[in-house]
Formats: sequence, structure tokens, C-alpha cells
Amino acid sequence: MKGISRRRFLAASLAGGAATTLTLSKQAIGAGAFEGYPDGMGVLVDLTRCVGCRSCEAACNKEQNLPAPAAPFDDPSVFDQTGHGGQKRRTDENAYTVVNRYEPEGQEPVYRKFQCNHCNEPACLTSCFVNAYTKTREGAVIYNSKVCVGCRNCMIACPFQVPAYSYSSAFDPVIKKCIFCYDTRLKYGKPPACVESCPQEVMTFGYRKELIKIAQDRIKARPGKYVDHIYGENEVGGTGWMYLAGASFDQLGFDTDLGKEPIISNVKDFLGTVPMVLAIWPALFTGFHLLAKKKDHAGADHSSHNAQEDAEQ
Amino acid sequence: MNPIANRHKGDREVMQTSAKRLTKMTLLAAAVLLAALPAAAREVPDVVEIAPLAQYYEPVVFDHSMHIEVAEDCSSCHHQTTGTPMLDENCGRCHHAPRTSGAAACAACHAIEPFSAETLRAKEMDNRLYHRDKPGLKAAYHQNCLGCHAEMGGPTGCQDCHGRTEAGDALFNAGAYAPNPAAAAGHH
Repeated sequence: MKGISRRRFLAASLAGGAATTLTLSKQAIGAGAFEGYPDGMGVLVDLTRCVGCRSCEAACNKEQNLPAPAAPFDDPSVFDQTGHGGQKRRTDENAYTVVNRYEPEGQEPVYRKFQCNHCNEPACLTSCFVNAYTKTREGAVIYNSKVCVGCRNCMIACPFQVPAYSYSSAFDPVIKKCIFCYDTRLKYGKPPACVESCPQEVMTFGYRKELIKIAQDRIKARPGKYVDHIYGENEVGGTGWMYLAGASFDQLGFDTDLGKEPIISNVKDFLGTVPMVLAIWPALFTGFHLLAKKKDHAGADHSSHNAQEDAEQ
Repeated sequence: MNPIANRHKGDREVMQTSAKRLTKMTLLAAAVLLAALPAAAREVPDVVEIAPLAQYYEPVVFDHSMHIEVAEDCSSCHHQTTGTPMLDENCGRCHHAPRTSGAAACAACHAIEPFSAETLRAKEMDNRLYHRDKPGLKAAYHQNCLGCHAEMGGPTGCQDCHGRTEAGDALFNAGAYAPNPAAAAGHH
């Protein structure tokens, strides 16, 4: 009787372990197929329209109550500013969006607006171990600075180098980034402040799935005007903000080597094995150990085991 | 806003962005009056004050007669609604014949709020191929004006066409609202 119960215990733990692993890995695989919420909003940024007026920067600053800029928003000298290693301006704790100027070969200067691209499957979100990030139904990637512990994993995980850190705050530094004007606009069905401020409608706000159609139509209607690619339609699993351009994207500061897989896919295979290791291995090797023991000292083991179990009862 | 009222206003675009109720009523009355006039009485204006979007910038005082002289024809700005054929071949595929609709004002078709929830839902429901990507009023002006100005060597600076209001200065942290240069220098 006792031998059978041990066998049963081992079999049950193995089956349980296997079941856990299967369920977990299925969930992990399922996560890769997430293509955004059906009614998720997005923005199509048409770089052929941007004239570099920086109204979007000014509007963002006002909407998000950010500190005054170092220079007025109509000062074009910022386009010549370079930081470490000659890189152009980046978003930071005081500016959730910046416009940079690029000069592709043999073409007029192109202005490009940076902000969070609000990925369908955000790397910042998956890298955050305190679950500070949320991808809302409306398509925004927002974060709860109250739970942020300042580990800055998201800054490393983000393929677009968007999350910034409030290094200037000595006591309560947190992550800062564009939140698609979620609190003040998006959740009430309104476009973000930058979109509304743009004189040229560089940014078209709408349902993400509709924007892809619009983008395709624009490329189709003006084949000479656009590069035949919608940046963000598939990059890193798709982003809420997508771009059209008249020059190749790599000349406009876009990373064109990101691939179509969400960033989480890079570690998903590894993470999928973790539950297996945790659930199956202890049971499996305990089983092996016990079986080996049983073989070696069958009689002695049985008697001592029975005695132990009797004592427990 | 009220596109129906605008449709009959002919050449005058005087709607306010965030129109107060009173202004709205006055405009509605003006629109009705204008609509009541026979078509012949609606003359091509020499000057049009473009004010519907004025907020951070002053209204544009648009020299219509000067632009008539330099523009290719009316379609350069008015599509086919003022009786000349459509210039854009993509539009011409459907709009073969010019149509004098009387809707000369940009605001008659281009929405002041192109991304409102209602507009987006209506667009989603409408499966027709074209007009899905129609720019809003602000973009219709700027894309057309600025695009042509860039091509023809016209003025392209923001304040070349419309002066900035005080609210605009505050928004851009410019003019009286410019950051303190000393503080800015210290920041670097």
C-alpha cells in the first residue's frame, strides 16, 4: 500500500509539473500573437508633410505641464544641437517629444518627430518587474510612477530609446515618457495635443487598423512620393505610431534592423523553460533519487519509511 | 462645428474654433442670409479673412484677388467646386465634370475637428475608397498654402502669414514669454 502511494505521488507530481509547463508555455506563445486591441488607436506620421515648426513640442510641453524649455520652441537652432557621440536630440524628462532634422542624400531636409511609439507588445512593459506599465485598450502605453522603483530596465528594453529618467529629482526619480495624452485626452476619445497642434496634419489620428489602410492608400496614390514601407506596421510586433517617408528610413534615424518580432520573443524561449525547470526537475530528480535508493536498500528503506509515516499519523 | 451652415456661406470663412453659443447663432443667421442671396449676387471676394482657427495665431487676411492672379486656376485651391476641372488626377477619376456647388469655403468640407470620436467612427463605417483621408481644415489650409508657397517662392515662415497672439507666444515660450537667456546658458 505504502509503495503504491509513493508511486502515485511521483506520478501525480510529474503530471502536475508537465501540465503547468504546458499551460505556461502556451500562454507565452499566445502573448507573441497579440496584435493590439481591436479598437486600439494610433497615429500615422507622414514625414513628407513635416516642416519642422515644432508646434507639437510646444503643445506637448503645455499639455503635460512640463518645465519651460531652454530656448523658445520657435528657435530652429535646436536642429543643429548634438549630444554624446554626435547624436541628435532625444526625448527626456522635460520633453516627451522632439523634432529632429535629417538630410538624406540629394533631398530636401526631412524633419522627424520622436515620441513613444506605443508598441502593441511593449518591451518596456514586459521588462518591468513591478508591473508599472499598462497597454490600455485605447492603445496607449502608460505607467504608474507610484510603483516605479527606478530600476530603468525599460530604458534598456525599449528598442526606440524612449523612456527617460528624471535624474534631476534627488529623492523621487521616476521614468518619464509620452503617454499618448492618455489621462487628459485619449481616454475621452480625443487626439493627443501634438496631433491637434500640427498645422500640416503630419499626424493622422485614428483606429490603428484604419491608419494602415490610409497609409497604403497614400503610397498607392503617390508612388513616387513615398518609400513603399509603413514603419511600425510590423516592426517589433507593430507599433501604435507608424511612419511614412519619402526617403529611406535608415537615412532618417530609424532603426531598420529591428525585425518583426516583439522584443519579448528574444527571451520567450528561455523564459518558457523556466517553469519546466522549476516544476518538473525537482519532482523528476526526487523520483530518480528515490528509485535509486529503493533499488539499493529495498528492505531497509521500506521498514524505515513505514516507521516514519506511522509516526506522523 | 456646423458644416451645414458653413456650406452656404460662400466665400467667407468666419467660424470660430471654440465658438461660443452666441457667435454660433449670429453666424447661423449670417449663413442663412447669405444662402438666401441669388447665386449671381455672391461675388468673388477681393480679401478673405480666414479666422476659424485663430487661437495661437491671428486670423489670416488673405489677398484673394492677388492669389487669383498667380494661381493656375481656381482648382488650385477650390478643387472642382467653383466650376473649373479638378487638377488632381486621383480626384479626376471620379469627379469628371466640374460642379459649381457654391461650397467655395474650405470649411464647407474640411472639418475643424478631423479627429473627433464622431468623425472617426463615421469614417470607420464608411467603406468608400476615397475621402477617407480628407485633411482637416487647418491641414487643408497649410498643406495647400505652404506647399504652393514653397514651390513658388512665397513666404513660408509661420508669422509671414499670421502674427502670433499672446497665447501663441506663451505656448511657444517666445516673445515676452521667452526663457531667461542666463538660465538657459546655465542649463548647458
